Amino acid sequence: MEANEKTVVIRGLVKRFGNFTAVDHISFEVSKGEIFGFLGANGAGKTTAIRILCGLSVPTSGEGTVAGFSIKNQQESIKKHIGYMSQKFSLYSDLKVWENIELFGGIYGLSDKQIKEKISSMLKALSMEDARDMFVRDMPLGWKQKLAFSIAMVHDPQIVFLDEPTGGVDPVTRRNFWEMIYEAASRGVTVFVTTHYMDEAEYCDRVSIMVDGRIEALGSPSQLKMQYGAVNMDEVFTKIAGRPGKQQ
Amino acid sequence: MKEILAFIQKEFWHIFRDRKTTLIVLVMPVVQIVLFGFAISTEVHNAVVDVVGDISDPVVQRIVNRIDVNEYLELGRILNSTSEVEARIRKGKSTAAVCFEDGFDKALTAEGKATVSIISDGADPNTAQMVTSYVSGVISSEQLSISTRTAGGGGATMRPNVQLMYNPAMNSSYNFVPGVMGLILMLICSMMTSVSIVKEKELGTLELVLVSPVKPFWIILSKLIPYLVLSAVNFISVLLLAVFVMDVPVNGSIALLSLVALIFVGSSLGLGLLVSVISSTQQTAMLLCGMGLTMPTMMLSGLIFPCESMPVALQIFSDIIPAKWFIIMVKKIMIQGAGISSIIKELTVLTGMMVFLLWFSIKKFRTRL
Repeated sequence: MEANEKTVVIRGLVKRFGNFTAVDHISFEVSKGEIFGFLGANGAGKTTAIRILCGLSVPTSGEGTVAGFSIKNQQESIKKHIGYMSQKFSLYSDLKVWENIELFGGIYGLSDKQIKEKISSMLKALSMEDARDMFVRDMPLGWKQKLAFSIAMVHDPQIVFLDEPTGGVDPVTRRNFWEMIYEAASRGVTVFVTTHYMDEAEYCDRVSIMVDGRIEALGSPSQLKMQYGAVNMDEVFTKIAGRPGKQQ
Repeated sequence: MKEILAFIQKEFWHIFRDRKTTLIVLVMPVVQIVLFGFAISTEVHNAVVDVVGDISDPVVQRIVNRIDVNEYLELGRILNSTSEVEARIRKGKSTAAVCFEDGFDKALTAEGKATVSIISDGADPNTAQMVTSYVSGVISSEQLSISTRTAGGGGATMRPNVQLMYNPAMNSSYNFVPGVMGLILMLICSMMTSVSIVKEKELGTLELVLVSPVKPFWIILSKLIPYLVLSAVNFISVLLLAVFVMDVPVNGSIALLSLVALIFVGSSLGLGLLVSVISSTQQTAMLLCGMGLTMPTMMLSGLIFPCESMPVALQIFSDIIPAKWFIIMVKKIMIQGAGISSIIKELTVLTGMMVFLLWFSIKKFRTRL
């Protein structure tokens, strides 16, 4: 792959539910290895857009590709090449750490041998070798999120979608989590992240801000701050969306 | 295929990690069968019957002997007058008494008829009726032997000789075993399936599974298969208990019985899936299954109250309960030893229900995703 390859290309995406237009002609591109922040107040259409990008929902109109596959008719191929992690989901808490890895390895079609290797390499990378047989429910939240992120990438996807991955976590743990995101991006994985935390928006390479189904602003955090004459992303968000984002 | 196996393995982990679930799955069938079979049995064992009359009278003596050897009746005291009967019944010492007129034998041979009365405790109508019918059975069998002996004499009176086919002892487990089997299979399949799916909805893990490349149809299937396996285990254990503990025969083909059970399990899984589509919390799913499925099944499937004695509206309603058809078929196969030709109507109805429920709920489930 070339360095400037686009992993997500969206053109004029529209999604209507009856008379209600949830996503109203949005267009953007995300490059390989980029960390793309997808911001917007609740109900702005973020979730609907992400569901389309993940192949869970079909757009009313518009074109687009994710990992090179069409969002209109190649959903099954998209699903094979993306990873997904949400704040609500941690993992199956009544399963042990290795069982969770095995389950998702199995779901994504890894062979038994690959799964075995994944379990040991992943635990080593997370320094969780001793937690192999621990039930996920007994782990601290920060560990769970790191493990969930690793498991979302168990099948080495080109893109990983993080839907509010750090909800309910203190800034230090969040900072640790973002180190993992940087590390993944440096390996060429595209990271597509939604968040309420404006300090996290600063960590992104580029952010888009959605208001009422449309993308109102798109650019790097420094560009946006300059454009809107704001000192931080929170101010930018308030100016665009008309209400403040969540503080740390 | 490997994806499905990973899912199914996960489901079994869920089931056996949760003590409550394990308990429901493995212990509930045994408890229910034992409870219904022993505790809530409507049959009468060793009912004490007193006798009032002249024990030296040969006919009376023969009847008393018959009562004594009857396995459901136990001979109490020989009393002198009917006034003692009431006191004994009130104290709970006996459940019934047979009173013979004086000179019973003489009256019978001379006039061709003699009076015998049966007194029983009407405060407990079920027991009273059972005991009375046992005792009159004993008397009429003696009468039958007298009339055979005196046949040709012209003095013998005709009496109907009641015989209960398939279940001569009126063993209540013949009724309860098929009913409880239906109830257990339905509980396992509908309640546990719906709760397990709704739980994943609540936790948000369902969403995660859906963004995986596994097709929704296979996700649904892998949710259903573990409960299918469990219900097979329960089916076998209930059957073993029925045969070896409750002495309920399996007169018909076990293969046919299993097929019928499989179809019923299929329709219950469909119901469970439907409940999981409708409800968004585990509590709702539990309530829907409890009030919407278990209660009507207990009340209207013929398990407790016979469908024939219900008002017409309820009878029509009971027709849409899959368990009713299942129970009818199980009774026919197990007790009557019926073959496929005599259950064809019920089998068709239940199969239709299964196909419709599975088709409808899978369709609904997929559109909700």
